[in-house]
Amino acid sequence: MSTLIVVEHRDGALAASTAHVVAAARALGAEVDLLVAGEGIDAVAAAAARLDGVRAVLTADHAVYAYQLAEPMAALIVACVDNYSHLLAAASSSGKDILPRVAALKGVPQISDIIAIEAPDTFKRPIYAGSAIATLSNHAPLKVVSVRTSAFDAVAETGSAEIRALDIVVDNTLSTFVGDELATSRGPELGSARVIVSGGRGLGSGENFKLLDGVAAKLGAAIGASRAAVDAGYASNDLQVGQTGKVVAPDLYIAVGISGAIQHLAGMKDSKVIVAINQDEEAPIFGIADYGLVGDLFEVIPALESRL
Amino acid sequence: MKVLVGVKRVIDYNVQVRVRPDHSDVDLTNTKMAMNPFCEIAVEEALRLKERGVASEIVAVSIGPKAAQEQLRTALALGADRAIHVESENRLDSLEVAQVLARLVAEEQPGLVILGKQAIDSDNNQTGQMLAALTGMGQGTFASRLEVTDGEVRVTREVDGGLRTLALRLPAVITTDLRLNEPRHARLPDIMKAKKKPIDSRGIDTFGLAASGYLRLERVETPAARQGGSKVASVDELVDKLKHEAKVL
Repeated sequence: MSTLIVVEHRDGALAASTAHVVAAARALGAEVDLLVAGEGIDAVAAAAARLDGVRAVLTADHAVYAYQLAEPMAALIVACVDNYSHLLAAASSSGKDILPRVAALKGVPQISDIIAIEAPDTFKRPIYAGSAIATLSNHAPLKVVSVRTSAFDAVAETGSAEIRALDIVVDNTLSTFVGDELATSRGPELGSARVIVSGGRGLGSGENFKLLDGVAAKLGAAIGASRAAVDAGYASNDLQVGQTGKVVAPDLYIAVGISGAIQHLAGMKDSKVIVAINQDEEAPIFGIADYGLVGDLFEVIPALESRL
Repeated sequence: MKVLVGVKRVIDYNVQVRVRPDHSDVDLTNTKMAMNPFCEIAVEEALRLKERGVASEIVAVSIGPKAAQEQLRTALALGADRAIHVESENRLDSLEVAQVLARLVAEEQPGLVILGKQAIDSDNNQTGQMLAALTGMGQGTFASRLEVTDGEVRVTREVDGGLRTLALRLPAVITTDLRLNEPRHARLPDIMKAKKKPIDSRGIDTFGLAASGYLRLERVETPAARQGGSKVASVDELVDKLKHEAKVL
């Protein structure tokens, strides 16, 4: 038994999610190798080799793997996964894109978005937007599993795994990269932030949404948004927290002007401490908040900012 | 160009699901069912491609129980030209669904396959990618914009941190994200007309799939409820509690 993890990276930096996926892999109890594919990936491979509990970092450095498109990535993984019992990746937009393609090429099913490992072949995952938790066992020779990273604590970075270059180059005539439009980030990344300040439709406009910036800056927080706020155009879609956006579990989640639709709660209810600020005292968000404050957002937010 | 679009019958997104007392599964008896919201977006995108003259025929496919024909009728009322129903009373995993779809792709030879990125019941987010793998096609997952030109489709994808645009050689598989479009509603006269459109219904057994038995659902439970509901009276009290009680500031 051994596990291969598909490593995600961007602009020469290892994704923070990797340390969480390694933690999940270590819970399986077998040796853990990482696969870093891309073009010009030395720094990423070196960072990956520092993660605790990793046996080896396999690298595939070639232009065909630039941008980690699903078609060449899946072909590469199929070529090097034969000796492994488990294939893991973060349930990020990249992991969700690549892993099922590999699973189908190998003729095995996938278990998506696991939040707990019961045994090396048995996993828990949320279904129905987190309204139920399913326990599934997977009896395939290769267990393909994507990991909800907020459910596993990151491993430390004190390791020094061997780095080994693979000489595998695949063809890709199916897809070509055209361009990225990455949102200009305000503060830390949503997926790994310790504090998140999220706004909903209660903020009323994109202009008002910026009120959250001051509080977020003082707390070193990432900004999030409900689907209602995104659909109304107050915030960009990559800020969306919820079943159909990002699933987060920070130490502190401050929901401002968010009513608490099921789809939003599914994305943040595992936060350690939840604060809800809303003028509607009947809002469902108060039912799950540790600290609820009923009041006018436009008075509460400036007051909160001045007291932090 | 022919467009094949997937339609799944799922619990209505406004309905709170219940877990069976014996924890064997969720209980969907007498539950309101509907077309998966991401499949509605897939159907809508196919309709827009046809309205722009890019698509010539839309074939809607559903794999599921007999009642899934209701969702196919909805797709036909919205403007799909014909429908294929693969009847299966048993739950299939995403790989099995992708295997059935791959057979239909071989038969129908569509230029584009559009599926929802995930179904809101199992939340797997796998079928489109698996179908692309099985048919050797490129994949444009989590699409928020499509542009079909000569022999290729440009897909703008919603990814962590923003948007990414790819060019895929046709035929290709697209999976829809929420912001691709806003689906229309069927009009009553179209609902009446749709009753005359053909649904080709066949049993899952005609596909000769060998059940792998790889995945087993062991148990379903309700998640632990979060204890919330405490209120504070002022910003000062909130900051004080966050500092001294929760110790997160």
